[in-house]
Amino acid sequence: MTRPALTDRLRQLLGNEAVADGDDAPPLVLPTDEATCALLLRTASVEGWRVAIVGAGTWMPPPSAADLRLGTARLDALGPVDPADLVATALAGVRWDTLRRGLGDQHVWLAQDAPGGNRTLGSVLATGTTGPLRSGFGPLRDQVLGLSLVTGDGRVLHVGGRVVKNVAGYDLAKLALGTFGAFGVITRVHLRLRAVPRADCTLSIPGTRDDLLEAGREVLASGLTPAALELLSPAAAKSQPWLLAVRLLGSDTEVSAEQTAVQAVLPGTATHHRGSDAAAVWDRPLETAVTAPVTVRVGATPATLDEALDLVALHLDEPIADWIMATLSAGVVRWSGTATPEALRRLRRAAAEHEWPMTLERAPWHVRAEVGHFGAYREGVVRIVQGLRASFDPAGVLVTSIDPPP
Amino acid sequence: MSIASQALDAIAGVVGPRWVRGDQASRETYASDGLSTLHALPGAVVLPGSRDELLRVVRILAHHGVPFVARGAGTGLSGGAVANADAVVLGLTRLTRILDLDPENRRAVVEPGVINTRLSKAAAPYGLHYAPDPSSQTACTVGGNVAENAGGPHCLKYGVTTQHVLALEVVLPSGDVVELGSPGGEPWGPDLVGVFVGSEGTFGIATRITVRLTPLPTAVRTLLADFDSLRAAGEAVSAIIASGIVPAALEMMDGTCVRVVEASIYRAGYPTDAAAVLLVEVDGRDETAVADLAEAAAAHLRRAGARSVRSAREAAERERLWQGRKKTFGALGRLSPDLVVQDAVVPRSALPDVLEAISAIAARYGVTVGNVFHAGDGNLHPNITFDRRDADQRHRVQRAAAEMMQVCIAAGGTITGEHGVGIDKLRYMADLFDPSTLGAMRAVRRVFDPAERANPGKVIPVRSCREWSGSFGHRADASVVPAVTAEPAS
Repeated sequence: MTRPALTDRLRQLLGNEAVADGDDAPPLVLPTDEATCALLLRTASVEGWRVAIVGAGTWMPPPSAADLRLGTARLDALGPVDPADLVATALAGVRWDTLRRGLGDQHVWLAQDAPGGNRTLGSVLATGTTGPLRSGFGPLRDQVLGLSLVTGDGRVLHVGGRVVKNVAGYDLAKLALGTFGAFGVITRVHLRLRAVPRADCTLSIPGTRDDLLEAGREVLASGLTPAALELLSPAAAKSQPWLLAVRLLGSDTEVSAEQTAVQAVLPGTATHHRGSDAAAVWDRPLETAVTAPVTVRVGATPATLDEALDLVALHLDEPIADWIMATLSAGVVRWSGTATPEALRRLRRAAAEHEWPMTLERAPWHVRAEVGHFGAYREGVVRIVQGLRASFDPAGVLVTSIDPPP
Repeated sequence: MSIASQALDAIAGVVGPRWVRGDQASRETYASDGLSTLHALPGAVVLPGSRDELLRVVRILAHHGVPFVARGAGTGLSGGAVANADAVVLGLTRLTRILDLDPENRRAVVEPGVINTRLSKAAAPYGLHYAPDPSSQTACTVGGNVAENAGGPHCLKYGVTTQHVLALEVVLPSGDVVELGSPGGEPWGPDLVGVFVGSEGTFGIATRITVRLTPLPTAVRTLLADFDSLRAAGEAVSAIIASGIVPAALEMMDGTCVRVVEASIYRAGYPTDAAAVLLVEVDGRDETAVADLAEAAAAHLRRAGARSVRSAREAAERERLWQGRKKTFGALGRLSPDLVVQDAVVPRSALPDVLEAISAIAARYGVTVGNVFHAGDGNLHPNITFDRRDADQRHRVQRAAAEMMQVCIAAGGTITGEHGVGIDKLRYMADLFDPSTLGAMRAVRRVFDPAERANPGKVIPVRSCREWSGSFGHRADASVVPAVTAEPAS
């Protein structure tokens, strides 16, 4: 079917207003409700249309192999927000910055600081992107209580719930998080919130990479678990040399005590950042993360971060000139820059020898298609992933690159 | 249907005849879990002595198409470890090795039969502990915790089991072994660790478990506050949570529970004339900061109407307060011989209304309810005492328990926060999930276990709960009323 014919067909099916005017790209469908998403995907499964889920279309280029794009930008309502229960519900198309501002207006807070303010909540969830606050609050999945997912064949699933503890049935929400739309389109999310902390303190100290890694390990060995504890490359920090940044959140006395404890193990006097200066320490690297076309994440351990950084430098970044953030407590390295598929494959192979998974977070479509977000799965796991994919998207209409690359 | 003798002979050849139990008395030992009125004799009980033995046993069972039920310490409260006569119980209590303790990376690798508190004790010299702390933690296993996604009082601050599992080695029902997750916890593709945790043994058996260890707090304050009404206590819970204080634990006991504990050997010094007490624990790494948090929490408690707020003066007093809380289930045995331990979660702000509704239901059916629960999470445990020999009482208890579940669902809650669905909660699953979602769950289960031989009949109802519950044997004198007399795992 030609693009104009498909656009006409979609308008007949969903109404004129649901389908954006075409350009050179595949038609863009912008549903305003879950039922329209379901109808679209049900029909796509029957017709064999290949669908790319694109959120607001700001995070990374959509798959070029799709017949049409499904955007969630009009699923943009926030609410209800229940400050007393520290729970909020949002539609997946709400912009990340809008969500955070809306929650802040009610004096509550989502303990995540993924980059990309103009992207959608669904994009953050589907790509599994986290920021430095992962140190203190865990990965994004820990903040998701439940969600609605429209599967590849148009079934609407409501998994989890709106309470903070729930073991009823299987936790299918985990399949929708960080899987790049391979199991369906997230339409609605129930989030765990926190009250806005009374005190928020950022410390930073410059130094060599290895000295700062050691200092970060000393912080952890002292029993502290800061809200954020990141090692930033010069390109990420926009300063020389490397920077260790520590964020402490809590009550005034908690933060004051932790500040003293952190300072005691650092190899020099840390700079104490306040207000907008503190925000800049964290925002600057997150903003620059998205200026390069490729971002990868390597999951090592706290004790092996130096080896993981060496490996990244060896395969992607020699000499170090690109953007790197390393989350010390999680043992995770994130790198942004320009890389060829072959270099990414080499890094992935080398990381796998250490049992470190490498996830391709962002990249142009041809790189994703060639390298895959996750690469080859471990023995036995590929059958599970393919089985799960088949049960959520039996006709295979969702265009994704989580399948093992050819 | 009995189990093919060729299968049992082959298994005996792997584990030794001593560890294959087919006699009536042995099977009776494994006929129930913590939910003692759900009762079914398994076809056989097998106790592998190593991971490799376990793998070989699972492969023999796969070859012969025999269903199996993995079982840890059997402290679960939903009938999840109960097996029919056509199935083998695989007891994992001999797989008790702590394979690696890695303080630098704050993690440990254990076999599934390691007892929860043993792991924490092993980690304590390094200033670490394993944070999930179900009340049965002195008996329950880490493997069981993974299967149930177990919680506990201190999960309010530290998170439930799923937040502490980094990687798993799993033997699938086919006998294939897969590695999920990674040593640092980063998923290797889709988060299959997250999907596996809480799957109640229906996806396979975790044979090696990598868990996160958490620094031990060095400063702790425990407060006891007592109230004239459940409503006021519930409002105090909401006030503390909304204030931004994150207590390590925030537990509530109603007057019934207070009085049975105070009349027992677990006497903790709770005021026996209170309608409810709250145990609030705050912790951290700095004495002054924790003292400030405790004072702030105490101020909220007083504002909400607490008659008194007492801070434990020393470790022994704190332990006594906690012992009373954790032994309440046992103490409730003073009221009558049987106990239904229910488990549901509601939004925290709904606690006052839901507690009143539960009281009203209890009054309407003429049953006695003792509420002891994780109030900070909204995780209720309305426990109904009864005598299973009284058929009318059994019937009333069953109906009251079902109504309480419906009240929790109507309040925006869920049917289980930490005990799992097992068999006990199958009947409510269709009230909580639509057919599409239940169908998707079942399809996921079949990806891991196409023949549904791993813990058959649990978690997901096929068409109606009756089909499933009908497939299990129940004590003739107990009907389907779940009850526990043993120490529960909540």
